[in-house]
Formats: sequence, structure tokens, C-alpha cells
Amino acid sequence: MGQLRIDTELCTGCGLCIDSCPFSALSVVDGVAVVSEACNDCGACISVCPVDALSIPVGERLEGMRVEDYRDVWIFCEQESGRIANVTFELLGKGRELADRLSCRLCAVLLGHEVADLAGPLFHYGAERVYLVEDDRLSLYRTAPFARAFVSLIQKYRPEIVLIGGTTCGRDLAGALATRLETGLTADCTGLHIADDGRNMVQTRPAFGGNIMAQIRCERRRPQMATVRPKVMEMPTPDETMTGELIREELAIEDGEILTTVLEFIKSEQENVNLVDADVIVSGGRGLGKPENFSVIRNLAKALGGVVGASRAAVDAGWIPYPHQVGQTGKTVRPKLYVACGISGAIQHLAGMRTSDVIVAINKDPEAPIFKVATYGIVGDLFQVVPRFTERLKRRL
Amino acid sequence: MRTIVCVKQVPESASEITINPEDNTLNREAAEAVINPFDEYAIEEALLLRERFGGDVWVVSMGPSQAEKALKQALAMGANEAVLLNDPCFAGSDTLATSYVLSRAIKKIGDFDLVICGKQAIDGDTAQVGPGIATRLGLSQLTYVCKVVELDLEGRAVSVHRMLEGCVEAVRGRLPALLTVVKDINQPRYPSLLGIRKASRKQLPHWGAEDIQADASRIGLGGSATWVERVFTPPIRSGGEILEGGVDEAVEKLMQKLGADGLV
Repeated sequence: MGQLRIDTELCTGCGLCIDSCPFSALSVVDGVAVVSEACNDCGACISVCPVDALSIPVGERLEGMRVEDYRDVWIFCEQESGRIANVTFELLGKGRELADRLSCRLCAVLLGHEVADLAGPLFHYGAERVYLVEDDRLSLYRTAPFARAFVSLIQKYRPEIVLIGGTTCGRDLAGALATRLETGLTADCTGLHIADDGRNMVQTRPAFGGNIMAQIRCERRRPQMATVRPKVMEMPTPDETMTGELIREELAIEDGEILTTVLEFIKSEQENVNLVDADVIVSGGRGLGKPENFSVIRNLAKALGGVVGASRAAVDAGWIPYPHQVGQTGKTVRPKLYVACGISGAIQHLAGMRTSDVIVAINKDPEAPIFKVATYGIVGDLFQVVPRFTERLKRRL
Repeated sequence: MRTIVCVKQVPESASEITINPEDNTLNREAAEAVINPFDEYAIEEALLLRERFGGDVWVVSMGPSQAEKALKQALAMGANEAVLLNDPCFAGSDTLATSYVLSRAIKKIGDFDLVICGKQAIDGDTAQVGPGIATRLGLSQLTYVCKVVELDLEGRAVSVHRMLEGCVEAVRGRLPALLTVVKDINQPRYPSLLGIRKASRKQLPHWGAEDIQADASRIGLGGSATWVERVFTPPIRSGGEILEGGVDEAVEKLMQKLGADGLV
């Protein structure tokens, strides 16, 4: 089903492309490469071909737009009950770098009810201009009114780049915005920089569970949109003397167009499950043996001021609820310190935590794959090591 | 009632696909194709709702003809109908173009109350196609759903719990709605033998761009706003340092290391 073209004149039948294909779509027949329906147009084969016989035609593109009409870098301010999420400041830090390179303004978009006071911190962290829409229908995040307010701002002021936090709220909003604007959106970027052309943003993101990095561009459409997870970009230092320009706009939406109503927020349990914002996570896995043994993990998490995580094995066994699960079908986390106790390190688990700054693994099996990604490993019985570690931490205080 | 579930076929363990550092090629041994895990929860939820409210469940997937395997699995689990969106013109679609193709197909099936997707696919991890479909079709957008609390077909409303970072949000949305679901929502059933047999005999319709009246400029590589310029291997984490010694000694070393890193 791919559009991969093979130039049979150039092809030498060397077969290098066969191994490069993640979909097993290539083979060599009668001395030339042939492509099957399994082709996904990923392009992995193109760069390995020594004779440039492979190509994917760039067809008629989505109708172009005058990209030069778009200026400035915008950051979405994620806030809840008057508290700005840290990812907003992290994005302002990255946004400053991009705006300087593009010689344009760095702006923030602040949507909410009675949130004008939050413009101050946005200026301190580098925004030169804040677009503010205040309306009581924006008091809690809902897709329709937030997307409407944001789309109207973008259509009126035409930013070239829009960055949004890769949170549940940010990802819900970004997908709706990019579709409405018919523009490109790259999820969970870990790197953003301006290309040598001085105009386009190169967006780097992990794919296939973090084993492959892809560089993505959006050259024909504007704005170029990306989401970035919390803690990926550095937190900049604020300058409290900084101030900027505040631009107010109205929310133009009929009540009938707002399709959802927030009923309530339920704290699912006593325990903190906000793994995404945690600086320290202590996770337990199959090695714990039974649900009661999570107390060992909880005690260590408490001593470290961290949050309790778990492997899929522990969640599937019913030892701890799903919101604690780290990994491919759970949460992707990036704490400063990740302590894995009794977790073997299945690839699906590693996909969710391998980018943590420091990883400590405690496992009795010296062959466990978790040790391959661990910064520090202790081979031993977690029921001895973890309590000892906890006790040692308490003694320090 | 009618529910339409969107599914994607993905490499079984997407995270096992790696790039060979020596020659920058992709290792593909592990690339057995399966139904995206989150989509199995979406199918199951549609089946559970059908058990309570009647009606039918449709499953659609955009992909090569091998993706029939994923659709047959959905049929074997109990879905009523399955359609493969298969056309060379769809190739190279990014999330923008994919949501367009899927929304055209959903429109063609028509007469639906719910569209359910997995929260994201495990190969791309974007979580963008669900919101894209909701936006294009003007549906209530309810992402990260961990529980369907109430479905009121007469009153045209659905109440769900959404799993946010630190808590659960209870929301009500008007029907028709699009839900993206997380793993916690249910336990997908295994296909029955009878189901597998019936599914294997079923001829699946293939719909191309013309069948869904897709605008040629909005599909495939040409209809995509983004393109992949390059793929590469991330810097490999240097292998761990094993802290030797007895329990006390190893913990002592760990305290020193973490102290030096400013972590304790």
C-alpha cells in the first residue's frame, strides 16, 4: 500500500534495504528490489540504499499557505485553579530559544475564568505578550470552548509555532486545534530547534517505544504545532522585573456548541498517583510477590518524598491500581530518580521510564534487563535492600 | 444503538524495533503485527455497551490488506461488521490525514451514537487521531476514559470518568460522542472458537478513497502536514554500575552515589 518507488535501472539488488524494513515489505527478485503491500512509507530504506534507487514521491500537497504571514512563538499556559503547570514555564524557556533564533516575539496564551493575575508569572518567564481570554465557561478545561478561543486567536494573530504541554489536557486540546486549523502536530517532542533554513522547526520525538527517534517537519502549513511532556525541557530562571503587553479577546461561542459538562473531580484514592509530575518514583514489580508487600515500596517512596509506581505485572495481578502503572500501556514518566524494585525490566516497562535522569535497580537476578538501563544496580533481595535503604534515608534526616 | 470502533494494526512489541547502530538499519525480527492493545479495550467496551443497549458494533481500520487480521480478531471477539480502508492513495498519511480518512468512513457507515478509539497507538504514541475525528465530525470529545458511567440514548447523553494526571474527572457529553479509552476500563474477552470460525469466513469490504468520497488533496503523503525527515537511534544509556558488597555496603555506596548526584 506504500508509494515507494524503486528505480530498477539503478537498483543493484544488493538487498541492504531488506534488512532496513521494519515491515518486511522488501525482497529481491531477479536481481532487483521489489516492494510488497506491507510497505508503510516509513522511508527507512531510502537512506540505506547505496545507489539512491529508492524514493517516495511527494504528491500533490495539502494546499499551501503563505507561511511567511505567520510570526511569533506561542506557548499555551496550562493552569488549574489559578496555579500554572510547570510545563508552561519549561515551554517558555524553550520558546525563548526558538524566538531568539527566529528574531520574533515569544507570547503566551492564557485561557480561563478570572486568571488575569497569571499573566505576571508568564512575563517573568519570558513572554513578551500574553493573549488573554477570560470567560466563566473557561473555568474548567473542556475541549470545545478552549479550542474555540485558541483557534480564534491563532486565526487572528497568526503565530508560526505553537507549543503545548504533553499532558492529558494539552494532548486533548492540541489534537482538536491542529485538526481545526488543518496543520501539523507532533506529539511528545524531546527536541525542538530551528533548521538551517532559519525558518522551519525540526521536531524530534521518540517512536516505537523510544527505540527510534524521528525528526519531523511541517513546512507547508502554519502554525507548526508540537506537544512536549513535563520535565523534558529545562525550567528557566524567572526575572521578576520583566513585564509585557496584555491583549484581551472575547470567547465567541454559543452555549449550545459546548457539548460537555464537567460534573466533579474524584480523587481515586488517598495515595498520590501523579507520576507524571513526580521528581522521584519508586516502583514495585512481580518480585514483591503479594499486594501487602507494596508497603516496602511505599515506605521507601515516603522516605524519598516520591510517588509509588508499578510494573504491568503488579497491576495485572491486582496488587495495585492501574493509575500507578508505568510503561507502554501505562504512563510514560521522566523523574529525576526512578527506583525499580523487583522489576525485571521488560521492554514494555523500559519504554515508560528509560528517559529518567537516574535509574536505580534492585533485583535478585543479575541477568535482569533492568540492569542494562540502570545507572546504579544492586543485585540482592529487595526485602533486605529496600528496608535498609529506607532506614538509611531516615537516619540521614 | 450503533458504535464504531477505530483500530490500528501495530508491530506486536513496538518497543522492540531498534536501529542497528553499525549501519543505521532497522531490526525487524519482532515486528509481528497485532491489534493495538488500547484498541482491544475499545472493542470490548463497544461489545459491553451492545450487551446492555442492543444495536451493532462496526470496526474500521486504515491500513494494508494484512490489517484484515486485526479486523478479523475484532469480529471474532463479537463485532458485527468490519471495514478495511485500503487504497494506495492513503499511504503516508500523518495523523491529520488519517483522522480525515477515518471520519469519512465513519460518516459513510452513518447513524452512530458512539465512536470509540484506544487512547493512542503503541507505535506512534500520538493520541491525536481520536481528537481529530471528534473535531471533524463535531462530536463530544471525551479522551482518556476509564469508565462509562451512564449512557442515556433517549436523553442523548453519555457520562464517563476520565483518567487525568492525579485524579478522575466525571464528565457528561452529548451524543454522538467520541471516546478514547485507557486500559483500566475493562478486561477484553478472548475470541470464542465459534467467533474465530465465523470471522475467518467473512469477506471484509475494502473501501478506497472513492468509496468514502475523500478529497484527494487531503489524504496520503500529499494530504499530510508533517513528514519524517530522518530516523535515528537515541543515544544508548551506558550500562549500569553494579554496586557490589553485602546489603549494608551496597546501600552505603548507593547513598554516596545519590548524594553526589544531589538526589538525597
